[in-house]
Amino acid sequence: MSEATPSEAATLLSDPSGRTGPAAPGAAIRRVIAVLWQWKGFLAAGAFLLLLAMVLATPHLLTAYDPLEGDALAGLRAPNATHPFGTDRLGRDVLARTLYGARYSLSIGFGATAISVGFGVLLGIAGGQKSRLLDETICRLFDVISSFPGVLMALLVVTFLGQGMLNVAIAVGVAGIPKFGRVVRAQTQLARNADYVTQAYIYGRSRAAVFFHHLLPNVLLAIPVIATVYVGTTILAVSSLSFLGLGPQPPTPEWGVMLAESRDVLRIAWWPGVFPGAALTLTVIAFTVIGNALQRRFERRG
Amino acid sequence: MWRRILSRLSTSLMVAWGSVTFAFLALHTLPGRIEDILAGDLDYPGLREAIATEWGLNRSPAEQYLDFLLRIASGDFGTSYVLRQPVGGVLGSQVMPTVQLALAAGLLALVLAVLAASATAGRSRSARALAALLELLFASTPVFWLGILLLMAFSFSLRWFPVSGAQGWQALVLPSVALALPTAGLLAQVLRDSMEKTLEQPFVVTIRSRGLGEWPLRLRHVLRHAALPAVTLGGWLIGGLLGGAVITEKVFGRPGLGTVTLNAVLSHDVPVVLAVVLMAAFIHVAASTLLDILYVLVDPRLKAQ
Amino acid sequence: MSCPIPIRSSSRSTPATAPLVAIEGLTIRFRADGPHRPAVQDMDLVIHPGECVALVGESGSGKSVTARSLLNLVGPGAAVTARRFEIDGADARNFGPADWQRLRGTFAGLVMQDALVSLDPLRTIGREVGEVVRHHRLLRTPAEIRDRVIRTLDRVGMPDPDVRASQYAHQLSGGLRQRALIAAAIAGGPRLIIADEPTTALDASVQKQVLEVLRQRVGEGAGLLLISHDLAVVADLADRVLVMRDGRVLDAGPTGGVLARPRHAYTRQLIAAVPSADSRGSRLSSSRLETAGGPTGNSVIVRDPLPPRPPIGIDTVLEARGLTKVYRYPGRAGDAGRLAALADVSFSIRSGEVLGLVGESGSGKSTCAKILLGLVEPDAGWVTLLGQPWSGISEKTRRPLRRSLQYIPQDPLSSFDPRYRVADIIGENLLSLPRSRRQDRIVALLDRVGLDAGYLKRPPLSLSGGQRQRVAVARALAARPALIVCDEPVSALDISIQAQVIDLIAELQSELETALLFISHDIGLVHHLADRVLVLNGGRVVEQGPVEKVFLTPTQDYTRTLLAARPGPLTDRLGPPSPARRE
Repeated sequence: MSEATPSEAATLLSDPSGRTGPAAPGAAIRRVIAVLWQWKGFLAAGAFLLLLAMVLATPHLLTAYDPLEGDALAGLRAPNATHPFGTDRLGRDVLARTLYGARYSLSIGFGATAISVGFGVLLGIAGGQKSRLLDETICRLFDVISSFPGVLMALLVVTFLGQGMLNVAIAVGVAGIPKFGRVVRAQTQLARNADYVTQAYIYGRSRAAVFFHHLLPNVLLAIPVIATVYVGTTILAVSSLSFLGLGPQPPTPEWGVMLAESRDVLRIAWWPGVFPGAALTLTVIAFTVIGNALQRRFERRG
Repeated sequence: MWRRILSRLSTSLMVAWGSVTFAFLALHTLPGRIEDILAGDLDYPGLREAIATEWGLNRSPAEQYLDFLLRIASGDFGTSYVLRQPVGGVLGSQVMPTVQLALAAGLLALVLAVLAASATAGRSRSARALAALLELLFASTPVFWLGILLLMAFSFSLRWFPVSGAQGWQALVLPSVALALPTAGLLAQVLRDSMEKTLEQPFVVTIRSRGLGEWPLRLRHVLRHAALPAVTLGGWLIGGLLGGAVITEKVFGRPGLGTVTLNAVLSHDVPVVLAVVLMAAFIHVAASTLLDILYVLVDPRLKAQ
Repeated sequence: MSCPIPIRSSSRSTPATAPLVAIEGLTIRFRADGPHRPAVQDMDLVIHPGECVALVGESGSGKSVTARSLLNLVGPGAAVTARRFEIDGADARNFGPADWQRLRGTFAGLVMQDALVSLDPLRTIGREVGEVVRHHRLLRTPAEIRDRVIRTLDRVGMPDPDVRASQYAHQLSGGLRQRALIAAAIAGGPRLIIADEPTTALDASVQKQVLEVLRQRVGEGAGLLLISHDLAVVADLADRVLVMRDGRVLDAGPTGGVLARPRHAYTRQLIAAVPSADSRGSRLSSSRLETAGGPTGNSVIVRDPLPPRPPIGIDTVLEARGLTKVYRYPGRAGDAGRLAALADVSFSIRSGEVLGLVGESGSGKSTCAKILLGLVEPDAGWVTLLGQPWSGISEKTRRPLRRSLQYIPQDPLSSFDPRYRVADIIGENLLSLPRSRRQDRIVALLDRVGLDAGYLKRPPLSLSGGQRQRVAVARALAARPALIVCDEPVSALDISIQAQVIDLIAELQSELETALLFISHDIGLVHHLADRVLVLNGGRVVEQGPVEKVFLTPTQDYTRTLLAARPGPLTDRLGPPSPARRE
């Protein structure tokens, strides 16, 4: 590629199409539409998460029904005008339960992710340092933890600690530590051996300055992105455990619990088994899409 | 190469030992006496004494640990105090249905993922977009919800497949599909990603310049490269299938390890849960060791190092 | 491809002279490029059997795309059109995928750059070479195929072909690997060989051998399309040359003619911007060819002089004595596990002096640079910087001195923190200045390297290769060093950009009287720039002394081989095309 002169390059940068002069309004609108279309997945996922945030904050504005109180005489009504998602066996409104359920599934999911990220980052950065012994120890620890399949590890934790939301969050969180830890360790090692770190030593900067100015920021930069990708999977794992009856107990309107309850009435009613599952799946998809989009952007900027 | 394989084997042994130690420590650091933990909600005359003798609770912790290690190593996982039977016997009768399910689902997932990835990697935008959408959808769908939907459609509405049980091949179809699809979704994403990276490699141009068509190119050359990163997922995959089998068995009311384990969890039958978890960990370690060794054998570049 | 003009097959003459490829008006457009500027525009190309045609140009000139279009391997999203597109006498515009696949490997073979990534790393050389034969079912039995593989490897001069056939690409040296790649391309007996930068990643001596293998194929009657960024590489081999830039052919004709009387200013620049002994003391980027008297007269290179250099100082900036470094490979006992990267290397650099360090890959150049930069400790020997100990001391003691010794790397992009912008990158080397004065100094430094203040906020990813290297130069100068280590600073750049960056380094060097250690594999470049030169081979100093003495009257055999291996200076060939070249 021939080298552009500074002024040429500046024009090229300000207008990527290389054209100069004001663009026609039609072209501008078309360009906006093209950009929107290119980001359609990201935008849809973002819109869904915004909606979810609203549901989390103010579920009572969106439904008049109580998630726990039902009219036993109006059990298993199919979706209709008063109950858009129908009612369950005990006559509780499925929409209300699905909306309130977001709180449980998301808070356990976020809690578990926080545990995974916190310990993963600490251990990963420690493992990425110069000490071979420390690195080996941490790697073997990750191997041990990840040798227990997530769900079974959670079963063990719940057997010891008992059922409940906190214990499920701990179980899923601990099982996720190696995932983050390994990524952070790899990033740390990459950054430690990067040319820009060598260059900083050539400037005459101290070990501490290199660590805090170059290494740490570059390693931590990726964390929120990776965490977003994993929140989705974590929510999935958490709801699986609830479905097995290890997490929150009925009548808690948690999505996994609701689906477990729906299993008994599946022969006669489809709605209690469809709506919470759809909400769960859409939430997972939304986090994954956003996370992946952020990751792609992140990787492209180097 | 042998050095590498030996070091991998020793690492695996260490990890297996670590997981047993982890279980032992967990048992001992919990608040309360071991007898109470192991007894759970049960209480019948002689139970606590039986536990104390079996686990050697009157001896020093070091001796207990050594004893525990040796017992696990010899395949003795203790006694279920709920079922009043040796754990090995309890699990032994339930292993086959779970293994069947995990194997069927694993194979199905693998075949689907390889086909989807080979057919769409680097091809037209619409095909890729469709495949990506399906993969995202399946990878994000919980196994149990997929199971519920499948039950609704094929068992209750269409009545093609039985609602529960493990009799005959028909009973295996829905559970393995439910377990396979999410795994296939994830695997296909990884495979297609690495196939597309491989397709950008210069040697692919060389191979095309020899006159190979797309399918021979993909199946003979590219898939092998793409499989390498996927192999590292193998261990995780097997763990996921074992864990997923527990959930699937619950959805479809299938007998198997899942049902036994869940009952054990709810009745605090610690020896049974411990045995299942440790066994799963061993299977996971063995499988990933095997795959890693395979990796070294497949990639000549690693042999040289 | 569409064409309103029917092609008459009667235009083909006797098979002996029928062209392998006959293309007129080739235009290749990528969808992503938009409507303007196709990748290749209105190009004509004819290749006859037994003839070597070369496409020469810098990156982005469209030469590789043109070559690949001959096999329909341009890639997705490309639209190829031509008025005439005949391959082996058949109109290729109507070819379907199956026609193209039949052609590939049997009619035309492709040789690419860097066999390490151009051969399937998971398959043995034997399988790779035999694939064409097996795939097109040219031979049936395994024994026949094996025989063909061994014979083909033998033909490209591969020693021990039956041993090599069972090895993998990564187990061979660069030269042997490239031979294997050629063998894989010619195993099906193609009449046309397309070689896309076949020697670019190779050392000069190996490059010469590989070109020789290609020359033999042409001698046997194959047509060769040779693609290169380097006119000097093709000058020996090509019968005809096409010079390309931005998708257009600027100059075309018999090699001797194009070199002697280039019609286009760009070709002249391409020829003249090559650094060599003759260009010493002048600006490379100002180089131009001027024709002396009449249209048939010969061309002379004219260059503007660089500002005069002050005399070299008398005080020593850096001194290295007996540097030795041995790397050990774990798991291999004895000498097999030891590699002497550097053995007893001594030299010194005086203030304001430019010392060239020359060697092929594996000669110990990089290890030497790392020791001088204080990143690796030597196993034996010592270094002093400005009279003070520099090796064998703690990093803490070294730190205050570090500013006197700066570094310009080969790949500046990876040496920039990915979060930083140009101002941060340079500013990090100015931390001793108060914040208020830092900005002015950064702007002043950017100005020194020919960039304006508009670059302050630019992320390095948005800069071109030449601009990145300018930022790296500014960063090194920010510390006001006594010595700068330049490690192959221009080897990744196109020749015209290389000329600009080298001029910049030369100008600043003479103006600031900074000493340079200039590491390069390019002897012409070192001859252009350095005062003294050090030739390294296998970690040992082969020869050192003033550039003129070492390069013009070398005393060691190795230096002579090194000098002989480089493609001769193009200017030697400036003159009327010798009648011997085209009989």
